[in-house]
Order: sequence, then C-alpha cells, then structure tokens
Amino acid sequence: MEWLNTILQGILLGGLYAMFAAGLALIFGVMRLVNIAHGDLIVLAAYIALMAVEALGVNPLVALIIVVPLMAAIGYVLQRGILNRTLGEDLLPPLLVTFGLSVIIQNALLELFTADSRKLNAGNIEIASIHLGGGLAVGTLPLIQFALAILVIAALQWLFYRTALGRAFRATSDDQSVAQLMGLNNAHVFALAMALSLAVVALAGVLLAVRANFDPSIGPARLIFGFEAVIIGGLGSMWGTLAGGIIIGVAQAIGAKLDPGWNLLAGHLAFLLVLALKPEGLFPKVDRQ
Amino acid sequence: MPERLLEVRALDAHYGDFQALFGVSMAVAAGAVVAVIGANGAGKSTLLRCIAGAMPSRSDAVLFDGVPVGDQPAHAVVARGIALVPEGRRLFPSLTVEENLRIGGQLGRPGPWSLDRVYELFPILKERREQPAPSLSGGQQQMVALGRALMSNPRLLLCDEISLGLAPIVVRDIYARLPAIVGEGISLIIVEQDIVQALRVASHVYCLQEGRVALEGEARAMTREKIAAAYFGV
Repeated sequence: MEWLNTILQGILLGGLYAMFAAGLALIFGVMRLVNIAHGDLIVLAAYIALMAVEALGVNPLVALIIVVPLMAAIGYVLQRGILNRTLGEDLLPPLLVTFGLSVIIQNALLELFTADSRKLNAGNIEIASIHLGGGLAVGTLPLIQFALAILVIAALQWLFYRTALGRAFRATSDDQSVAQLMGLNNAHVFALAMALSLAVVALAGVLLAVRANFDPSIGPARLIFGFEAVIIGGLGSMWGTLAGGIIIGVAQAIGAKLDPGWNLLAGHLAFLLVLALKPEGLFPKVDRQ
Repeated sequence: MPERLLEVRALDAHYGDFQALFGVSMAVAAGAVVAVIGANGAGKSTLLRCIAGAMPSRSDAVLFDGVPVGDQPAHAVVARGIALVPEGRRLFPSLTVEENLRIGGQLGRPGPWSLDRVYELFPILKERREQPAPSLSGGQQQMVALGRALMSNPRLLLCDEISLGLAPIVVRDIYARLPAIVGEGISLIIVEQDIVQALRVASHVYCLQEGRVALEGEARAMTREKIAAAYFGV
C-alpha cells in the first residue's frame, strides 16, 4: 500500500512536470524555438506571484488572475521584441539568446529577491487531504494541480485542432512562407504562441511555488524536467507530454522512496531508458487519417 | 487597355548577388487573363513572388489599384486582394482539405468566394474535406491550392505552373474551371511552361528571357516563330 501511495504521489507530481513541458512543446512545435529560459520564466512567474501576494494580501491561487495575463503579455513582447529576430534557418541564435535571457533572469531575481528560499502560502488547502480508504490519502492541492494539468493539456489540444488560432499555429509550423501568403503575419502568430506558452508557465510557476520552496537558481532544473517530459512523450504530442511528465514524476517518487538521494537521478534514468528504447518518444506525432 | 489593376514598373529582383529580374514592366487590366511564359529560370516565379510580396522590392515597382505595394509583406498584400497559388501547390500537410481552404479565407475579405462556392467549383473536394491534404491526388491537391487562394476573395489571382506534374487530362479539367473564376471579376496572371495551354486562355502574353521581357503582346497576334525567338533568344 505504501508503494501504491508513492506511485500515486508521483503521478500527481507528474501533472506539474507536464505543465512545464506543455509550454516548451508548444513553442517548439510552432516555431522550432528551443527556449532555454523556460525554467527561469517559471521561477519569474513564481516571484511575480509572490509580489502580488505580498502587495495585495491575496491567496496565490487568486493571484493567478494577475500573473497569467502578465506573463502572457511578457511573452508577446519578448517574442516580437527579441526572439522573432533570432528565428531563421539556423537553430543556434535562439538557443544562445534564450540562454542569455536565462542568465539575465536568474541574476535579476537574485539582485531583487536575494538567494533566500521562498514559498507561497495557499492557506488551509495546503494541508487538506482526501482519504481514499486503505490508508491511502491524496492532498487536495496536488489533486487540484493534477486536474489543472489535464485541463491545460486538453485545452491546448482543443485549441490546436478546433480553433482558427490553432489552425494558424499548425499552418505556420508547416510552412512559414506560404502561411504569410495566406495573410498570416508570422511575427504576430509566433508572439501569440509565446504568450500562450508563458500563460501556461505562469500557472505552472505559481503551482510550483505553492508546492515547494523556490529560489532564483532552480529554473534550469525545471527546464530539464520539462525537456525530458517532452522527449519521453514524443515531440508534437500534447497528451504525450502528460504521459512524459507522469513517468518522470513516478520515477522520482520511486527513487526517493528507495533512497532520498535517488530522487532526481531516478527521473533522469527513466528518461535515458526511454531515449535508449524509443528515441522518438512514446507517442510520436501521427498524421490524423 | 482599360483600367489598370496591376502595374509593374522597372522591377529588379535579386537572390543574394544573383539578379533574377532586370527592369521588368507589365500591366494587367481589370478582368484580364495574362500569361507569363518563358524557359526554366527566366524569372517567371520570381516575378509572381515579387507581386505577391513574398520577395521585397522597390515600393513603386508594384502598383496595385494605383497603390504602391512593392515593399509590403505578403500578409499585407493578400489583404489588399492579391493571392498566389504557389508552384508545387505547397498545401499545409498537417491540415485537412477543409482546414487548408479555411486558412485561405481567414482574412475574411468580402466577395463571392466561400467554402460552399469552392466546393461547388470542385465537388470532389467536398467529399475529401476531412482528409489530410497530402492524401489527395496531385490534381485534387491543385484544386485545393486554387480554392485556398480563391477563399481570400482576391481581385488578382497569380497561378504559378498549375499544370506542373499533372496528367494532361487533369490539366484540361482544371483549365476548364478558369472561366468560372474569371467570370467572378477576378484578374488572372498565369505562369505556364505549357505555352499552348497558356495562349488558349490568355488575352495578353509576356515572355521572359533571363530576367527581361523579351516579347509581349496580344495572345492572338503571337506566332510560333516570334515565341521561339523570344524563348530561346535566337
């Protein structure tokens, strides 16, 4: 029963990783941009939420009303102001620029907030739990997080395949120059994709900050978890990223159960195992026939 | 010529150090069908790309309805009413037939063309609407490419080698639909390798040779000898 509990907690944690991954997968899918600053943007969202909570005295989950649109706006401006200029045949310029951005965000946060660990306090909901019987219990908050992750993935999937914006995303991803001929302004489409990605990042950042301590240096590790979830799931598959997140979450939970020092290692080993056995990921994109 | 819908004035175009067009000038009257012919590499596709805004040029090198559009990006040019059917069709492979058509119409320009009208013109596409674009035959894909361009309700339609890689019977079928398109008041520029086909539908012909206009005139007045001379520069 103890193991069942471990796996259950791992699955719930996986929802958070899936959210890290969804934003990454989205912009890679639309514009072939690998955003090295993704993890640091998650942490930035956490600090913006922290400021909102301290200034307004609201619950972090209520602060999402401010953080999500703000991060989306930052995403739009970032893409149109800087990242669009780096896109082209060569994959290297966006890598370098987002790497630089990662360094800038980390150091700016360090200057503003020091290296102290912080945490967002969501109140009583943090310690509430639901008993499933047989000694099994799940925290209400992790359950909400997991439900939100599924909601986010489902919403992105719906947006991609059922809306005009999603059609524009897919068309631009297929063929940028012809998309322009159809009247799509790529600069705008890309900026909307980045805005959407950072809206998901904002949600993930706040949930992360409610769940655990954070400080300015933890971004890159979140980026790695996100990347691993994307690769395990298979590029281009939104539901695959959820599976990827869950696999990493469960592996980490099992690792930690065996030995606290194995927590992160087990997640990476699970990733390497998938990479060795199915390099294209578990759910590679298939054409809808 | 009556009212000039499109005017190209001394257009130059470059790919890096290579100059593809040298001072090309042409005019297209409202409602006219103009053919651009020439050998491979003569600059026909480049000319269409410049008009459509896919390649930037001097602002006043392309005048559409009297407005200089040469330096405008493609998405702004299509909003003004110029649509390009690109060479090789270039459908969006991850979109269905209907999604491809809808992308063409997403600007919402008013006009006679709608999803229903395109399906009326090419009934087979309605049957295949839910299929991914790459699963269609070459001719059907060309119909999607044409329909996709029409969905933007253009005033000027640019067709780049719509017969390329298609069986002659399919080409004839597609060309048979062109009068229905022109009948809606659209002007057409057709780039073709198939000169006979081009001369049959066009009222006016331009022949490009190594980036320059080697010959132009009424389609009726064209003789085999004149065209051969302009084509090969002999």
